[in-house]
Amino acid sequence: MSANLLAIFYLISGVLFILALRGLSSPETSRQGNLYGIIGMAIAIGVTILSAGNFSTGFIFLLFFLLFGGSIGAFIAFKIPMTAMPELVAGFHSLVGLAAVFVAISAFLNPIAFNLGTPGDIKIASLIEMSLGASIGAITFTGSIIAFLKLRGIMSGSPITFVGQHYLNLALGLVLVGLIVYLCRTQIDTFFWTIIVISFLIGVLLIIPIGGADMPVVISMLNSYSGWAAAGIGFTLENTALIITGALVGSSGAILSYIMCKGMNRSFFNVILGGWGATDDKTKNTSKEKKPVKNGNADDAAFLMKNASSVIIVPGYGMAVAQAQHALREMVDALKKNGVKVTYAIHPVAGRMPGHMNVLLAEANVPYDEVFELEEINNDFANCDVAYVIGANDVTNPVAKTDPQSPIYGMPILDVEKSKSVLFVKRSLSPGYAGIDNDLFYRDNTLMLFADAKKMTEDIIKNL
Amino acid sequence: MEIDPFIFRLSIFILSIFIGYYVVWSVTPSLHTPLMSVTNAISSVIIVGAIIAALAGDAEKIFDTASIYGYLAIILAAINIFGGFLVTQRMLAMYKKKKKDK
Repeated sequence: MSANLLAIFYLISGVLFILALRGLSSPETSRQGNLYGIIGMAIAIGVTILSAGNFSTGFIFLLFFLLFGGSIGAFIAFKIPMTAMPELVAGFHSLVGLAAVFVAISAFLNPIAFNLGTPGDIKIASLIEMSLGASIGAITFTGSIIAFLKLRGIMSGSPITFVGQHYLNLALGLVLVGLIVYLCRTQIDTFFWTIIVISFLIGVLLIIPIGGADMPVVISMLNSYSGWAAAGIGFTLENTALIITGALVGSSGAILSYIMCKGMNRSFFNVILGGWGATDDKTKNTSKEKKPVKNGNADDAAFLMKNASSVIIVPGYGMAVAQAQHALREMVDALKKNGVKVTYAIHPVAGRMPGHMNVLLAEANVPYDEVFELEEINNDFANCDVAYVIGANDVTNPVAKTDPQSPIYGMPILDVEKSKSVLFVKRSLSPGYAGIDNDLFYRDNTLMLFADAKKMTEDIIKNL
Repeated sequence: MEIDPFIFRLSIFILSIFIGYYVVWSVTPSLHTPLMSVTNAISSVIIVGAIIAALAGDAEKIFDTASIYGYLAIILAAINIFGGFLVTQRMLAMYKKKKKDK
């Protein structure tokens, strides 16, 4: 196959990948979009194998490893529960990162195969591209591993910080630049290996200071990195499909990070440079006094909602932890039978990754046209009888609007306080991830339902 | 004067960033999780590099160091490709509209 024809096929895959993302603009077209993505991938893999033209033993091994990896992937895809999606995505990001590192290593060891020169005399541009690809890939790999461990709960979600952390990161970054310069000048392989090792270290150091509640930003950011790593490799291999894909994924992740940061009213650098943990000491001390709360049970909640004309459900991470989405849907079905109008309100940063709550509700067969984003639904709280807050906390805290001292001040919140009554399903009065008290718990029109989200919802169904 | 092919690739790259920017802003927020899983799957197109690396070795010694890294990368990327597309498919199949009779 001629190089030109090959390039055209790669271009076609690139276009199909663009269409795959385009399909996601609405749920109706999304499945077709995914199909475009699969076709694009099949074309890219197919023509690469054909162009290699080597159908000897190596080809058999290639097919074997492809199917081996593929069956692991397929197994995971079918087995994984929807609540574990954030960990899965973090894990997958780490694999892309490591694959980029491996491809860069083999290009460095065998540049002739990639038409980049000979060992010890690789083109300078290619050296820069492959170092960048390897470095970003390595950062993505270890960063995603840490994110995975934090999401999985194997590692504590609280930020790990130490004195001079930012200076260390800065110093390592500068060392990295210096090493790339020396690699280009001398072509000595030790520099190449050191670049990879230092990048692994940077990946760990970048993610450990970021707290559990900031995970949506971290996942989006690593998504973006995996794209830039792919693009770096794409430049090395002079491959259009990889360059297009890398750019698409890189910008996609960057936009998602921006949306998540905006959802928390924090700057990207603020999130990257460390968690809320360091700033909330004084707010914690002031909220020690006991304030009275109204404590309700499933019977009260069922009574309130049955007699309401409209109910808005506000799900949060707690719903995911308790796996309460199916029980919630049943409760809503029962309410609808009583003629209650029910909708769902989703905050941009609810859960541990962008769109997390939407997927869980979709899994529980909630039609997507009953689920609304913050801007779409926020005005409806004023006319709603009951807001049912299940597993959410900080995203409803009115302090974000009133107290400039609060760490979440300025964050857009769901105006749950404006509804006639608020039902809070929560295990205890403990503050949310931001470490601040929620004033809403102590209001007259708030009824606290202290229980596991799933258990409480099931009890309410019995009382309806 | 001849233009370096690098400039062409750079142009493709920059224009693709803009395409990505506009395409991703049009993605509905409720599909942000599938967006992440599908971008993850397509970024595994890095497998083309892995295939080139793996098949570059001589027929006699197919497992020289460079090809071993290639084969390893093939396994990793294949996990991602199959896992990413299938899990996206599984998620997207769950998004349903309200039934008319309700």
